[in-house]
Amino acid sequence: MTTHWFADTAVLTGRSLRHITRSLDTILTTVITPIAIMVMFVYVFGGAIDTGSVSYVDYMLPGVLLITIASGISYTAVRLFADMTGGLFERFQSMPIARSGVLWAHVLTSLVANVLSLVVVVLVALLMGFRSDAGVAAWLAVAGILLLFTLALTWLAVIPGLTAKSVDGASAFAYPLIFLPFVSSAFAPTDTMPAAVRAFAEHQPATSIVNTIRDLFAGQPVGGDVWVALAWCAGLLVVAFGLAVLIYRRKLA
Amino acid sequence: MPAIQVHGLRKAFAELDVLRGVDLEVARGSVFALLGSNGAGKTTIVKILSTLLKADEGAVRVNGFDVAAQAADVRKSISLTGQFAAVDEILTGREHLVLMARLRHLREPGRIADELLERFGLTRAGARRVATYSGGMRRRLDIAMSLIGDPPIIFLDEPTTGLDPQGRLEVWQAVKALAERGTTVLLTTQYLDEAEQLADRIAILHDGRIVVNGTLAELRQLLPPAEVEYVEKQPTLEDVFLAIVGAAR
Ligand SMILES: Nc1ncnc2c1ncn2[C@@H]1O[C@H](COP(=O)(O)OP(=O)(O)OP(=O)(O)O)[C@@H](O)[C@H]1O
Ligand SMILES: [Mg+2]
Repeated sequence: MTTHWFADTAVLTGRSLRHITRSLDTILTTVITPIAIMVMFVYVFGGAIDTGSVSYVDYMLPGVLLITIASGISYTAVRLFADMTGGLFERFQSMPIARSGVLWAHVLTSLVANVLSLVVVVLVALLMGFRSDAGVAAWLAVAGILLLFTLALTWLAVIPGLTAKSVDGASAFAYPLIFLPFVSSAFAPTDTMPAAVRAFAEHQPATSIVNTIRDLFAGQPVGGDVWVALAWCAGLLVVAFGLAVLIYRRKLA
Repeated sequence: MPAIQVHGLRKAFAELDVLRGVDLEVARGSVFALLGSNGAGKTTIVKILSTLLKADEGAVRVNGFDVAAQAADVRKSISLTGQFAAVDEILTGREHLVLMARLRHLREPGRIADELLERFGLTRAGARRVATYSGGMRRRLDIAMSLIGDPPIIFLDEPTTGLDPQGRLEVWQAVKALAERGTTVLLTTQYLDEAEQLADRIAILHDGRIVVNGTLAELRQLLPPAEVEYVEKQPTLEDVFLAIVGAAR
């Protein structure tokens, strides 16, 4: 590791961030789907779903936030893919800079882009009537969980970014992730689902994350779900990070 | 000590045996041209020399450092302009140069960028995004990026492919200026006149080996001397190339 790791990574991140700040369309296309889903569910389907005393927009927002992240990270893969194929990557790799910094720059850029998208979606939700009883600590906890989830999915996105053969391949891996919240407790309580679906829904990562965030937004104490959620995120992060780094090393060999 | 030493270099991609025992040396401060047909393995050699690819076999040293064991030292000694312009569409020309200067930890990156823009006739385009540049402008920017930090050895992989005659001349001038400063340049090319113009030594890569290596005068001697037709005509490098490559086929 060179002594310039932080400086190099900061410079590379600055460059990569310009892709976000100069063409805000990636943020727009990231948030358009979650916002459309939110509008559909709140104004069309939501009335038919029994969420008890909780307003539907409050009920569904955590799931929409996960969808936002899942669609946001597909751009992470696309940006990395563009560098890989555009020759810029090789130029960086032939220079005396910290090689892992090239990857970290993309990861940090992904975090910034997703935070921006999440803020936009929450603001739209507020306009649509979302209200939260969460205090500062609860909001910080929500931010922490979302950031951890983003980091885990970002490292997952690095894998197709490094290995894809086409731009479409680089972004397609995100589709199943975008749909995962639909088969969870995000949009409807799981107890009305058929047994097999319900079993899947209750044991997949989106449910525990959604339940935790929902409790935090409601200003209620979180149940055991928070540990399950953290375990999923941390587990995914470790596996994705390990695989991504392995593939990256192979690529360089 | 030569700037570049390659001995018994072999590289295969799966079934494809691209380099089958390449030997070459490049003297310090010289311009060395590597000629070869499409797919001969020129880019493969450049990538191995610039630590982007690992050799299967052979001893490869750049600036005295082993490319496998001392890759970090090699990277400090070189700069690579790849076959395809390595630029970022979103950034301006000036931002590219500032980025390179920062990554090489140089002072006054802005001043360095402005100087290079001037030198490569890009001052007026400097504030524009590269997406709006022509092929020649990209290539010039690409080469300018490689000069930052004054590395002692520069690799140029087909630096003038796709340029108009004017753009080619500009690149040639840049290469000559580098040579005057004592920079070692290894360039690959498909254009024989380019090698004639620029190179102190020329090597021809064919069938995975260096089949000829010498000065232009030495290469000319490989063919029967001037043929007498209506006028006396020295064999051009092109004649030499085609005779050798054609014969080997
Ligand atoms: N990563 C790779 N995987 C498989 N085959 C490869 C790879 N890189 C190069 N090759 C093959 O190796 C051979 C040599 O390629 P290389 O790019 O070195 O040739 P070149 O002399 O630079 O050709 P050109 O003049 O077209 O640039 C080609 O047949 C090419 O298809
Ligand atoms: Mg090539």
